[in-house]
Amino acid sequence: MAQTREYSTVMFKKILIANRGEIACRVIKTARKMGIATVAVCSDVDRDALHVQLADESVFIGPSPSAQSYLRMERIVQACQDTGAEAVHPGYGFLSENPRFTQALDQAGIVFIGPNVRALEIMGDKIASKKLAIEAGVNTVPGCTDVVRDPDDAVRIARDIGFPVMLKASAGGGGKGIRLAWTEAECREGFQRATNEAQASFGDARVFIEKFIEHPRHIEIQVIADNHGQVLHLNERECSIQRRHQKVIEEAPSAFIDPATREAMGKQAIALARAVDYRSAGTVEFIVDKDRNFYFLEMNTRLQVEHPVTELITGLDLVELMIRVAAGEPLGLTQDQIGINGWAIEARVYAEDPYRGFLPAIGRLMRYRPPEESRHVRVDTGVTDGGEVSMYYDPMIAKLITWDQDRDSATRQMRHALDWFYIGGLANNIPFLAALMSHPQFKSGDISTNFIAEQYPDGFQSPVPPEAERNILVAVAAAVHRDHVDRDASITQQLPGHEHCPGDDWVVVVDGVHYPLTIRRDAAGFTVEAAHQTQPMRIDIVWQLGDPLFEARIDGELVCVQVERDGVAYQLFHHSFCIKALVLTPSVAEYQKRMLDKPAPDLSKYLLSPMPGLLVQMLVKPGEEVKAGQDLAIIEAMKMENVLRAARDGTVSQVRVEAGASLSVDQVIIEFT
Amino acid sequence: MKEIVAELDRKRAAARLGGGQDRIDKLHAQGRLTARERIDLLLDKGSFEEWDTFVEHRCTEFGMEQRTIPGDGVVTGYGTINGRLTFVFSQDFTVFGGSLSEAHAEKICKIMDHAIRAGAPVIGLNDSGGARIQEGIASLAGYANVFQRNVMASGVVPQISMIMGPCAGGAVYSPAITDFIFMVKDSSYMFVTGPEVVKTVTHETVTHEELGGAVTHSTRSGVSDRAFDNDVEALLWLRQFMGYLPTSNRAPPPWVPSEDPADRSEPSLDALVPNNTNKPYNMKELIYKVVDGQEFFEIQPDFAQNILIGFGRMEGYTVGFVANQPMVLAGCLDIDSSRKAARFVRFCDCFNIPIVTFVDVPGFMPGTTQEYGGIIKHGAKLLYAYAEATVPKITVITRKAYGGAYDVMSSQHLRGDVNFAWPSAEIAVMGPKGAVEIIFREHAGDPEKIEELTEDYRQKFANPFIAGHRGFIEDVIKPSFTRKRLCRSLAMLKDKKLENPWRKHGNIPL
Repeated sequence: MAQTREYSTVMFKKILIANRGEIACRVIKTARKMGIATVAVCSDVDRDALHVQLADESVFIGPSPSAQSYLRMERIVQACQDTGAEAVHPGYGFLSENPRFTQALDQAGIVFIGPNVRALEIMGDKIASKKLAIEAGVNTVPGCTDVVRDPDDAVRIARDIGFPVMLKASAGGGGKGIRLAWTEAECREGFQRATNEAQASFGDARVFIEKFIEHPRHIEIQVIADNHGQVLHLNERECSIQRRHQKVIEEAPSAFIDPATREAMGKQAIALARAVDYRSAGTVEFIVDKDRNFYFLEMNTRLQVEHPVTELITGLDLVELMIRVAAGEPLGLTQDQIGINGWAIEARVYAEDPYRGFLPAIGRLMRYRPPEESRHVRVDTGVTDGGEVSMYYDPMIAKLITWDQDRDSATRQMRHALDWFYIGGLANNIPFLAALMSHPQFKSGDISTNFIAEQYPDGFQSPVPPEAERNILVAVAAAVHRDHVDRDASITQQLPGHEHCPGDDWVVVVDGVHYPLTIRRDAAGFTVEAAHQTQPMRIDIVWQLGDPLFEARIDGELVCVQVERDGVAYQLFHHSFCIKALVLTPSVAEYQKRMLDKPAPDLSKYLLSPMPGLLVQMLVKPGEEVKAGQDLAIIEAMKMENVLRAARDGTVSQVRVEAGASLSVDQVIIEFT
Repeated sequence: MKEIVAELDRKRAAARLGGGQDRIDKLHAQGRLTARERIDLLLDKGSFEEWDTFVEHRCTEFGMEQRTIPGDGVVTGYGTINGRLTFVFSQDFTVFGGSLSEAHAEKICKIMDHAIRAGAPVIGLNDSGGARIQEGIASLAGYANVFQRNVMASGVVPQISMIMGPCAGGAVYSPAITDFIFMVKDSSYMFVTGPEVVKTVTHETVTHEELGGAVTHSTRSGVSDRAFDNDVEALLWLRQFMGYLPTSNRAPPPWVPSEDPADRSEPSLDALVPNNTNKPYNMKELIYKVVDGQEFFEIQPDFAQNILIGFGRMEGYTVGFVANQPMVLAGCLDIDSSRKAARFVRFCDCFNIPIVTFVDVPGFMPGTTQEYGGIIKHGAKLLYAYAEATVPKITVITRKAYGGAYDVMSSQHLRGDVNFAWPSAEIAVMGPKGAVEIIFREHAGDPEKIEELTEDYRQKFANPFIAGHRGFIEDVIKPSFTRKRLCRSLAMLKDKKLENPWRKHGNIPL
């Protein structure tokens, strides 16, 4: 981050942060560094939240739903007046891009730490912003918003734009009435089909044509502007790794962008910012095709979630710059002072269950232990150990950002940091993030916005560990168990002279496969010899029994495996891999072979709640016959209504819960005969 | 001599085969282990000394004299678990279906007598079809002899039953008297009368599993303390479990080295109790966060879940935990939870295990089901158990401690040694709303006034300080320092001496 410079005399003494969670905490940190007092606002559930604890003072602004608290601009204005805050940082989301909020602050004589009203208004309007972009000489996705008259017209327009093109129904939606055309013939045929389909689906045959972007990448340019006419771009961020339009991984710079493209994109971004007299930090989003043609999508007139990656490669503190600019200071920087130092990657840690179709999870973070921060690792977080992910807001728990000299190293730092990120008691996407970081195609940099959909079409399953990885997990299971049995064998009240000495031969059982090994203890740790590995493995432990993070040097390399005791077995998580291991003496391992695999209980007779939430509506009654696919009940979770449907035909025998009930995961809702 | 040794080897080999390879294969095919394999798994390798290998039955009726098998259906002896002495009997289903003959019973009685004298636990691995019918009342006498010893051993040495097969009729009463019963899912069942008799007498149709399976007894009846998936899992758990128990009532709780610092603070606990007093939270989290190394052996996890019981360690020493669970029935006391906790408290008291109690209890469960079921006497069991106990008793009130339930839950008035309260504690005669409705009956028709008065009451009484003024609690502590305060209190009480007046025995309201 930027070094502290001398502050001007007009700098704010106190600001209010009209947000919550990690971004509120993030802004408070910079304000504190600048010597500015901070005011937090909070809703009912956030009374003890981290941002409230970090701020110098806090104001309660209403009940938990954001519509009754964080979105109530008059309460925030009032809070400013009551506390004497001179300016408001809006963070992202909530009121950050709402021109009416800016106006309300203006009228109350409070400074909005963000752009002017006009910028908010224009950029908040898709058509107006595109028009302005075209006027400012910014590339937009080629297309013709005019209605296509006939196949010849279609071919003419397509030739103008350049193939491939998309023919889209004007009244379209849901993927209907869309045709892709690579050739003139396809274009003619596609026009007919799209027209027919549009007519059939929407009763409106109108079709228009747009350039089809192959292998699209989402790359955006950070800009910063002051009131003195200085507009700079702070390089790009690539945010192509998205799941259902939700960004998951972001990085800066982009592996795909060359200096020429960067300069061209930066120039256009600056031109656009100038066109709206932009002030403060903003982001111009582009879609980039496989030939590095880039087209304007929209401009975000606020601080972005992923801003830390830009900070780590430029050394600038964007929040500080925003505050300074809002206070009227000049940026005091020129474009040639903005460089790119190394590589930064951000992973968004969400409370969602990657093994269950990324269903949102809510509840208490029984354990929350992010990795330690260092020059390579930054954690932007809004929760603490024992905190709560509530159903009212965004399910993002934290942002993990790593930095190193190059992309490979930064990725390796991220894989490492994820291993040290421990969350207990709440489903989270860390295993998925770890899998992404190990994905060969991600590593190669060959990514697009379709990456997750293409690579994980059936959702995410814990991958089968490759041999080297499996050997590590097997050895760790043995070491952890050895620590337990040795401890157990140190119990008092043993028969003198007949004390128990655990042996060195053990069998680790994973998925029914037996891995016999010998594990010897010495002062520093263990040596593991096994038939399934060519050489002995050396484990020097820095671990304490009962700690969920098993830290050790394995053959010299620092490794962190998450270990959870599961009855007499152990669950181990490392990178994206997850195994359940039983560690047995050789004779017990023989007995174990006799144990039967018990089939999982038949749950097809039940409708189980796939997530914690509120049962909004029960749509069936006992005795009712249902058809496969029929709606059965509606559950609300994370502000989303989820419809539960029948998996097969059947008859409802019992309805276990009533509307209004709160449900836990796997709770039985309906029983079928 | 040589010949006799050869004969011995031959006899041992024959005994080890029990009811024969066919029957062993059959058992294995069902995913079950033999009596000797089970002992081998349970005890330290090579530590088992078998006794009475050559005992045979003495029955001469029904052609039984032609059919004798050395050992007579039960393997008995002693060995060690982590070096600690344990007596074991393991019934052999391959020999006459593990049925109990006079000789079979004598073998069990012998090791029980030794266990009492030696001061070591008795573990029974039960797998028996019941009485040896051919022996008639000799077999019944055998059962009674075992029962009598179970009763004599009760409170002297820990007795543990692992039900690994059938256990029906009179046979159930021996495990019933023991301190803990564990069961193996799908292969064990316990009932007084089987499904066939049930059908003829009450016309109910019920399967073995539904009537007396592991799941039934560990969720509905509370007869079983835990259910395990298979023989291997069950016996490995049992090895761990034995590490919490003293060898006898003459021994202190065992100690194992612990790397967990006694003064470890746990800031996340400061946010455990929600601001809204009607919102539940998981009391298990508190237990896991204060015990050594997050290791807690829960007893009866699936029965009467409104109360939690189990063993953990503090600074290496075994401690019994009792805690109301606000997640289930708001943590209230009812018939099942009172019985569950009372028996556990008495076990701990028998065997010198200190008791830590976490209290968040809104009161006793109201209703006809409870009253007709005798909640008065069942609730009194828990009161009696706490009041009678002389082991160190430490109590932490995390939130609600209302009314009679406050008294019951190891209050200072029942000789609780150290009573702490969290700042969120509300020690009061009842919840603010209920209290106001009684005290200010004249305002019953005025909800606004009632609400105002309730808020007043809450301010005045729903806190730990009134009890603090009276000295009913020793201190109000920060939740994050709970482990440290518990460890210090336990250390302070380590040599606590307290004796009840001499009597033959008390008369607990059964």
